[in-house]
Amino acid sequence: MPQFDPTTFSPQIIWLIITFGILYLVMARSALPKVGNILQEREIRIAEDLEQAEKLREESRAVEAAYEKALADARAEAGKVLNDARAEITADIDAQKAALDARLAEKTGAAQAEIKAAIETALKELETVAQDACAAIVVKLIGNKADGKKVAAAVHNATENANAGNG
Amino acid sequence: MDAEAAKLIGAGLACSALIGAGIGIGNIFGSFLQGALRNPAAADKERGFVYIGFALAEATGLFGLLIALLLLFR
Amino acid sequence: MEHSPLEQFEIKRLIEIPIAGLDAAFTNSSTFMVIIVLSVWFFVSFGMRRASLVPGRWQSLVEMSYEFIAKMLHDSAGPQARAFFPFVFSLFMFVLFANLIGMIPYTFTVTSHIAVTFALAGFIFVGVTVFGFARNGAGYLRLLAPAGIPAVMLPLLVVIELISYFIRPITLSVRLFANMMAGHTILKVIAGFVVPLGIFGFGPVFFLIALTGLEVIVAVLQAFVFSVLTCIYINDAIHPSH
Repeated sequence: MPQFDPTTFSPQIIWLIITFGILYLVMARSALPKVGNILQEREIRIAEDLEQAEKLREESRAVEAAYEKALADARAEAGKVLNDARAEITADIDAQKAALDARLAEKTGAAQAEIKAAIETALKELETVAQDACAAIVVKLIGNKADGKKVAAAVHNATENANAGNG
Repeated sequence: MDAEAAKLIGAGLACSALIGAGIGIGNIFGSFLQGALRNPAAADKERGFVYIGFALAEATGLFGLLIALLLLFR
Repeated sequence: MEHSPLEQFEIKRLIEIPIAGLDAAFTNSSTFMVIIVLSVWFFVSFGMRRASLVPGRWQSLVEMSYEFIAKMLHDSAGPQARAFFPFVFSLFMFVLFANLIGMIPYTFTVTSHIAVTFALAGFIFVGVTVFGFARNGAGYLRLLAPAGIPAVMLPLLVVIELISYFIRPITLSVRLFANMMAGHTILKVIAGFVVPLGIFGFGPVFFLIALTGLEVIVAVLQAFVFSVLTCIYINDAIHPSH
């Protein structure tokens, strides 16, 4: 077997030391640090980018919160304005209604008083008319003139009785 | 017995080391498959060990084959 | 035998270079070592020629291999092993390229020679041992006596651990060497069946194709195993008490 020929050992080992030594030096000195640098640089870059993204996200979250707050404020403001307006209008309506009620009550009162007065006048006139009619009827029945005062009292009594009976 | 014949017989006997390697390799992959089918989530983590085990088992058999080659072609 | 399957492992002396009594002839093995180093250098530095933040295909391949080995070293030997990264990377790349270039027909497989693999494994063994003693002093001997073992068992265990420690360079080198050599020999032996079988030679050809695929997998795997075991030995030197 050629592998166990001792004369070939020394050249192989010497050249292995030379070539592997050169490979190690090249790799350790120049090639591998380059790869390591790139990998590290990329890692840093990715970490930075992630950080940046995180920051932006925080910012957008803050903006969103501010927007939400503004919206809530506006909504509250609008509600307040609406309530105020509603209260104002309600008060206005109430006041106008009260005024109207008062005016109507006044008018009703006046009308009622007028009606009462008219009824009284009418009743008085009715009594006068009844006295006149009564006097005339007495004249026709007995031929002589009746005492005015007695007629008046009689009519008054009759009216009173009628009213009591009615009432 | 002729020395040459004894050499050949010896080489053949040395190759019996490969029986063990065959059993070992089969055992490694069989056990790996059993474990992987039982817990597929852990299979990826163990694959590296399977190949190391395969290489180690195969090498042990090849030691015997090497002796056989040494006897045949010295 | 006219065409021995081992003919491909023949060392051919191309240029005689005697240095201070040592035989440093430039052989076909040396040629391929130079080719391997140039290929690794080409692979890494041309991948990184435009080192950009957004990598192209080649650059991501280089970065993948960098991260793969960095992760392997970190997982098996911890963060203190960072200083060994260039060595493990060079080792993995050297063995990987040696194995893969060896798969190309008519090339020479550097790692199919016990002298080369044993020199690598021996260097790793000596380096790890020296580093272990330099870092831990006599505490490195704790490696031989696992914690929580009854005192009666201790002498036996120390002997076993001692043997398994000193056998490391042998198993490490023979594993790689035997894999490479056996693979190439089997390919050659089966290729030798093709022509004598005539029309039935297609059978071995298909088998050869399948076997070549397996050998490529084995080439990558053995480079991986070689460096993983190196990482484990480095881990032992950093953390001697298991």
